[in-house]
Amino acid sequence: MRIGVVTFPGSLDDGDAARAARIAGAEVVRLWHGDAGLHGVDAVVLPGGFSYGDALRCGAIARFAPVMETLADAARGGLPVLGICNGFQILCEAHLLPGALTRNQHLHFRNRDQFLRVESASTAWTNAFTAGQEILIPVKNGEGCYVADEHTLDQLEADGRVVARYTRGNPNGSQRDIAAITNEAGNVVGIMPHPEHAVEALTGPSLDGLGFFTSVLRALAGATAGGQLAGGQDR
Amino acid sequence: MARVVVDVMLKPEILDPQGQAVANALPRLGVNSVSSVRIGRRIEIEFAEEPDLDTAREIADKLLANPVIEDFHISIVDESAPAEVA
Repeated sequence: MRIGVVTFPGSLDDGDAARAARIAGAEVVRLWHGDAGLHGVDAVVLPGGFSYGDALRCGAIARFAPVMETLADAARGGLPVLGICNGFQILCEAHLLPGALTRNQHLHFRNRDQFLRVESASTAWTNAFTAGQEILIPVKNGEGCYVADEHTLDQLEADGRVVARYTRGNPNGSQRDIAAITNEAGNVVGIMPHPEHAVEALTGPSLDGLGFFTSVLRALAGATAGGQLAGGQDR
Repeated sequence: MARVVVDVMLKPEILDPQGQAVANALPRLGVNSVSSVRIGRRIEIEFAEEPDLDTAREIADKLLANPVIEDFHISIVDESAPAEVA
């Protein structure tokens, strides 16, 4: 299985995301923001960092990168896409996920290990977990406060599209403690904390992050076995 | 030459922690008469030809503002008019 990791100018965690995908057992393909081609990958990770220096708003410029136009179409066709931190911001700016990420309510950059509760284990990126499972992965953001109008929040809850919530303290003021959400089809997931930083005992607080990457491999294997490769035919 | 000015503000219902931080600092200036501060962004656009409001609106809607959390207002500033007193 080939997982693509996109590098934008200002991406920071593309190396760790690629490493995490490799540890999970994937073949990693590095994708470049200026290249519209997805090079036949089966899934894509939009990594954390500060694409385009966070100019204007986080993710606002990256959304118009050549790779994003292709990726948006592929994501609507079912390609699994995981946006981590800045990647989550880009997915919201690209309208692939609802809502927006805004300045942390306390205005401080928050950098710590964070407990989350996985609320949905039915997405392409969380099927290795069980609903209700508590996991520990690092959070590090300045603009991670998730906001959406009440109707959208209610809809997300009703559809089971809140993928993970902060527990034991909300690090940024996110509404309803939301740490991760998914689209209607469950193939696109945005998460503010960093699973790619929790895949090895030497550097992470746990190995809990690995589950996101093994999940997508399992989802892809299931899709292939069923003769229905996620991502559509037009890649 | 005229330029188009786009003012972008957070929607009223979106919390503005930056504005709150400024408001909270004002008493240290001896100012106690301010009840609220909200911070936005002013963007000046110059067109090569005549200013095109429709295009400016499209730029504002698609890029300069995020309609999920922000409102924008577009105006044209005529530079031949006398400058405002600072």
